[in-house]
Amino acid sequence: LERDREAPMIDWINVILQGVLVGGLYAMFAAGLSLIFGVMRLVNIAHGDLIVLAAYVALVTTETLGVGPLTSLALVVPLMAVIGYALQRLVLNRTLGEDLLPPLLVTFGLSVIIQNGLLAVFTADSRKLQAGDIEVATIRVFEGVYVGLLPLLQFAIAVAVIAALQFVFYRTALGRAFRATADSQSVAQLMGLDNRHVFALAMALSLAVVAIAGVFLAVRANFDPAIGPARLIFGFEAVIIGGLGSLWGTLAGGVVLGVAQAIGAHINPGWQLLAGHMAFLVILAVRPEGLFPRART
Amino acid sequence: VSVRVAFASRSSQIGMGLCAAALVALAVAPLWGGRDDPQLLSEVYTYVALASLWNLLAGYAGLVSVGQQAYVGLGAYILFAFAILAGLSPLWAIPLAGIIAAIVAMPVAGLVLRLRGHYFAIGTWIIAEVFRLLASQVSVLGGGSGISLPASLVIAIASSRQWRDFIEYWIALALVVAVLALIVLLLRSRYGLALKAIRDSELAAACNGIDVLRTRVLVYIITAAATAMVGAFIFLQRLRISPDAAFSVNDWTAFVIFITVIGGIGRIEGPIVGTIVFFALRQTLADLGTIYLLTLGAVAILVMLTAPKGIWGLIVESFGWQVFPLERSVILRDRRGVSEQRSGG
Repeated sequence: LERDREAPMIDWINVILQGVLVGGLYAMFAAGLSLIFGVMRLVNIAHGDLIVLAAYVALVTTETLGVGPLTSLALVVPLMAVIGYALQRLVLNRTLGEDLLPPLLVTFGLSVIIQNGLLAVFTADSRKLQAGDIEVATIRVFEGVYVGLLPLLQFAIAVAVIAALQFVFYRTALGRAFRATADSQSVAQLMGLDNRHVFALAMALSLAVVAIAGVFLAVRANFDPAIGPARLIFGFEAVIIGGLGSLWGTLAGGVVLGVAQAIGAHINPGWQLLAGHMAFLVILAVRPEGLFPRART
Repeated sequence: VSVRVAFASRSSQIGMGLCAAALVALAVAPLWGGRDDPQLLSEVYTYVALASLWNLLAGYAGLVSVGQQAYVGLGAYILFAFAILAGLSPLWAIPLAGIIAAIVAMPVAGLVLRLRGHYFAIGTWIIAEVFRLLASQVSVLGGGSGISLPASLVIAIASSRQWRDFIEYWIALALVVAVLALIVLLLRSRYGLALKAIRDSELAAACNGIDVLRTRVLVYIITAAATAMVGAFIFLQRLRISPDAAFSVNDWTAFVIFITVIGGIGRIEGPIVGTIVFFALRQTLADLGTIYLLTLGAVAILVMLTAPKGIWGLIVESFGWQVFPLERSVILRDRRGVSEQRSGG
């Protein structure tokens, strides 16, 4: 009898734990988005599609080289960074200015191009990266509560990625350049910084994070060319829930979103996404600056 | 010295004359067109209407939404709900869709307008997603897989297929004319001036006593209501609805944005020119499927980077034409009757 009463409790602990771990993935979606918004006030509508592009790059890498998904990161991360640098240098830098419209419309166009390009090359079939035994390995926390090794690794890497970004942003010369251009483009230029180069480096860093997120997305579940926009939305929701401009906030935002979705899905499978969006809208309504807004200095 | 503000210019007088002639010709299109022309033209009208409304929001009010599919789908579902659950004639449901969408848009505006600039764009997208997910939960309207309009209600519009096509054609024409007239009147009113002022400098506008938020909320709600009426019509013509079709970001936002950007954003003629280009491209490239969307996206990016004012913007720069009497010009007239014109914005 006592066991019966305990079972739902254990159930909920499992659900929330799953949500927290998925939140790490959402935080990685969000961190890249937050980084470039912080540096150049650009919201990249193609962000989600770039995550999916990274997943396909990883797919091709694992299939042609016969390596595992985690090993493929060694190739996917630098490749996406180069794509990011080139994209910013050749296209996006031309759109930056007072007017909000050009960057928004160009990245929106880019999103449609990436989606349909992937559709033309890889068809609409859903794919998945196989990671082998690690996919099914679990760790027992205590009786009845288990966590998968892969989600745990994903969460640990998310924390590491955000810590690394935080370090780069606040402790390195590159980070100083990022913050200087964000504060005032003209003064940064007077101090000898080349803004076009600084922006391109920020985009390269953002897409390096996108690459890691893309690989974990591809290992975790099936993907197809159309799922990009939903990833953009998850990342965006995590940014707003966590608080604009705060890197650690994106982790908190990702976790809140992941837990909300997990709870929604546990009550009714059709409510998974709806519950996440509702959590976002509630935060927007009652605390529009997010949970952990960056302290104004 | 007397001072007067005039809207009309020589080119807009010619333009309105041509518009009136075109309207008469189009109104009797069922007489001279082929059997399938009314349907194709109706689709053209709905895209002109959707693009003009998006242009009002993005090009004039500076509110770049990528979530207008929320209201296309909402309007469509309202029409189907009244038709299926209450047996209401779909023709009556179209204005009802506008009213209900305006009511729904009020709290939504309060939420999404908290987000600024780019974030507003993604916020509107999330609202559209929420609407789509909610629609797929409503099992009496077919849930996730969708539902058809009852045949009895369709037949009640007109007994023959041909007459139904004609009636729907005139509704589409009336809708697009009403939308364009609404936008012209709005832009000529003091709200139009306020909108332009906000778009050019929010701070300066606020300093001159314009209630920025209130003006934006108003434009958002008007656009939502009109978009919902167009959406209701589109799915009346399609006869079948599903959440994915009604809230499609490609059909109701990507195409609409590309049309407006290519034609010329921030000008009322832009969406009309853009729609003509869009349909010309579609008739030639439609067989290519994904390549078509890819091309359209690439063309839109190219236009945005090289000629951000679009095709109509280039025409205005070269010839100074305006079809709709919108530009204000100040006319000074001294006692001897000599007049001097100064162009304004």
